[in-house]
Amino acid sequence: MFRRNFFGFAATGLLALGLSGPAAAQDDFIIVQSTTSTQNSGLFDYMLPKFQDETGIEVRVVAVGTGQAIKNAANGDGDVLFVHAKASEEAFVADGDGVSRSDVMYNDFVIVGPPSDPAGVAGSSDIAVALAQIAEAEAPFASRGDDSGTHKAELNLWADAGVDVDAASGGWYRETGSGMGATLNTGTGMNAYIMTDRATWISFGNKGDYEIAVEGDAKMFNQYGIILVNPEKHSNVKAEQGQAFIDWVLSEEGQATIADYKIDGQQLFFPNAN
Amino acid sequence: MDSFSGILVEAIGLILSWDPDVIEIIMLSLRVTLTAVAAACLIGLPLGAIVGAFRFPMRTGVIIAMNTLMGLPPVVVGLLVYLMLSASGPMGVLGLLYTPTAMIVAQTILVTPIVAALTRQVIEDLNSEYAEQFASLGVGPFDRVLALLWDARYSLLTVALAGFGRAVAEVGAVIIVGGNINHVTRVMTTTIALETSKGNLQLALALGLILLTIAVIVNGLLMAIRGTATRAAYV
Amino acid sequence: MSDKLIDIRNYTSSPSAPLLTARGLCFDAGGQRLINKVDLNVAAGRCTVIMGANGSGKSLLLRLLHGLIRPEEGTINWEGQPLDRAGRQQQAMVFQRPVMLRRSVAANLRFALSVRGVRGEERRAREAETLALARLETLRDKPARVLSGGEQQRLAMARALICAPRLLFLDEPTASLDPASSLAIENLIQGARENGTTIVLVTHDAGQARRLGDDLVFLHAGRIAETGPIKRVLDAPRSEAAQAWLGGRLFVPEKTETDSIKNGV
Repeated sequence: MFRRNFFGFAATGLLALGLSGPAAAQDDFIIVQSTTSTQNSGLFDYMLPKFQDETGIEVRVVAVGTGQAIKNAANGDGDVLFVHAKASEEAFVADGDGVSRSDVMYNDFVIVGPPSDPAGVAGSSDIAVALAQIAEAEAPFASRGDDSGTHKAELNLWADAGVDVDAASGGWYRETGSGMGATLNTGTGMNAYIMTDRATWISFGNKGDYEIAVEGDAKMFNQYGIILVNPEKHSNVKAEQGQAFIDWVLSEEGQATIADYKIDGQQLFFPNAN
Repeated sequence: MDSFSGILVEAIGLILSWDPDVIEIIMLSLRVTLTAVAAACLIGLPLGAIVGAFRFPMRTGVIIAMNTLMGLPPVVVGLLVYLMLSASGPMGVLGLLYTPTAMIVAQTILVTPIVAALTRQVIEDLNSEYAEQFASLGVGPFDRVLALLWDARYSLLTVALAGFGRAVAEVGAVIIVGGNINHVTRVMTTTIALETSKGNLQLALALGLILLTIAVIVNGLLMAIRGTATRAAYV
Repeated sequence: MSDKLIDIRNYTSSPSAPLLTARGLCFDAGGQRLINKVDLNVAAGRCTVIMGANGSGKSLLLRLLHGLIRPEEGTINWEGQPLDRAGRQQQAMVFQRPVMLRRSVAANLRFALSVRGVRGEERRAREAETLALARLETLRDKPARVLSGGEQQRLAMARALICAPRLLFLDEPTASLDPASSLAIENLIQGARENGTTIVLVTHDAGQARRLGDDLVFLHAGRIAETGPIKRVLDAPRSEAAQAWLGGRLFVPEKTETDSIKNGV
C-alpha cells in the first residue's frame, strides 16, 4: 500500500519542485549575454538594481567569454548582447543576428606581472615593445586562449608586435582556455605575465604580490558595445524590454551610474555613449 | 595563502550570519539536485530492476551502455541539453534554457545512468537469492520487479545517495544550461566557480565546506536509516 | 505423440488419476547427466517420499517436477496438461534453506496471497488463520530474517500453506532443525495431509519417511532405483542401491558417476 502511495507522492513532488520557482513566477525579465569581466568587476550588481527599480524589468546576466556570448546570442538564447570585441560585434549585426550596435563604455587592458619582472617590462607604456621583450626573454605569459574579447584583443597586440605566439604555444606562451579570473589564478601561480582588463584586475581578490607592469598605451583601449538581438530572426526575443534596457544604459542616468561605480576609489569603466 | 583555520572561521561565519543570498543558493542547490535525483530514481530504479531481474537478448549490451554512461562528463551533458533547449534547438519553444528546470533536466540525465547501473547490480544480487522462491510462488514480472525494488529499498538508498553525491558536486552541466544567473540559477558549485574566478578563494572554499557539510548530513541521515534496517536484517 | 495419448488414457480411465506425471525426464549440467530418464506419477492425496544418497538428484528432481528448471528431455503434465505458471500456482514448495523476504512475518505471508490476487478481508482472515496454525502470532510484526532457523522454516511452511496448494513439494524441510522444530514442521505436514494436500517430500530421515509417507521413490545416480509402498521398501528393499543405502554402505556399482555428481543447481 505504501509502495503505491510512495510513487504517486514522488511524482507529485517532482512536478511541484520542478515547475515552480522564479522562472514560472514572473515573466518580466530579459537575458543579457555578457562577459566575465563586467560581471566579475561587480558593475552589474551595482547597476542592475537601479534599472529594475525604475522599470520593473529583471535583468538576468549570463556571463561567459565574449566568443561564447556571441554564439549564444546568435542562437537566440538572450535578448541583449553586452560584450567587448568590436569587430565580432559588427559581424554579429552584419549577419542579421543583431539590430544595431552602440558604444557603451570603455576601460583599458593592462599587463600584470610578478615583482621579479623577468622580461624587464615594468613601467613601460609601449605595448608592442613590451610584448616583444617578453617574447625575447621567453618569460611565461598566460593567455585566456578562449576566443573571448580579451583574448582577441591580446592576439591583435601580439600580431602588432610581430610575435608569432602559435609557435611558442605550450612553451613560454600558455593558453589556459578559461575565463579572466581563472587565467589570473593560473598565471599568478606560475609567475607569468597576464593581460587583463583593468576592471577585473582592480576587483580581483587573489592578486598576491602581482603589480601592473604595462599600462597607458592607446592600443590597449577596451571598448564595450551593446546590441539588441534581432527579434525578426528570433521570435522569442523580448524586443521591447531589451530595448528599454539598452536605452537606459545609454541614457544620461545609465551612463552616470557606470561612471559612479568605483572600487577603492578607482573608477573601473568610462562611459562613452554618443 | 590564507591559513585553513581562517577559511574555516569564514565558513562558519558565513553559515552563522544566515546571509539570505547564501541561503538562497543552498536552497536552490538542494531543490535542483534533489528533484533531479528523484526524477533519476523514477526512471533509473525500474530500468535497473528490469535489467537486473530478467534475461533478454542484448542484455549485456544494455549493461555495458549503462555502465559507460555512468562516466558521462557533465560538460558534455550540459552541451547536449543546451543544444536541445536553445532557442534555435528542437525544444527551444519551451523557453527552459537558463531556468532551474533546465538544470534539473541536465542533472537527471547525468544521474539516471548511475542509478540504473547500480540498481541493476543490487537487484541482480537480490534476484539470485529470490528467483527460485518467486518462481515457486508464481510471481509475475510486474510483481517481481516491485517486490525486488521494495526488498532492496535500503541498498537502493545508497544508490540514490551516489546519485546525489554526483549531482550536488557537479558544475559543468548546470553552469552551461543554467547560466549561473544571480538569484535565478546560481547554485553552490557555480558560485564556487564564480568566486574562484574572482579570486575570492576564501569565500569559495567556505562555500565548499558548506557543500561538504550538507553531504555529510545527508550521508549521516541515510546511514542512520540503514543502521536501523541492518538490525532488522533488511539489508 | 503416443506418450501423450497413453497419458490421457491413464488419466481418464484410472480412478486414482495422478495429479502430476513425469515421463522420460533428463537433465544435464556441466556435461553430466544428472537426471536420467525418470518416469514418475504423483498420486492425488498421497505423500510420496523421495530418498537417496547425497548427489543422487533428489533436489534436482523436485525442482524439475515443480517446473523451476527445464528438463533437457521429457515432459511434465499437471492434470494431463503441460505444466505452466497457472499449474504451478496450485503447487507450493518449501526449500531446505528458507528464503525470507526482507519484510515482517505477516508481510511474508501477505506477499504469497497478493501474488494470487487475494486481497482485503479474505487476505486478512487467511493471514490470521495461518499465523495461528503455524503458531507465529506473537512474531507477526517481527522482521522475518531475524527469526531463528526453526521459526523461519515454520514461516516458510505457513507461506506455502496459506495459498492452500493442491500439491506441496518439501525439500528436506527439517534437515537443519533441532528435534522440537522438526516436530513442529512435521505436525504442519501432517495437518496438510489430513486436509487432502498431495505431498512430495525429500528426506534423509527414514523415521520421518515412515511417519509421513505413503509411497517411496528411491533415487540412485539420477535414475529411479526402486519404487513402492514406504514400509515395504524400507523393510525389504529389493534394489542393491536401496539395500546399500539403508544398510549404511556406500553403493558404488561399476561404471557409475556417483562421485562426480554434485547436488545440482
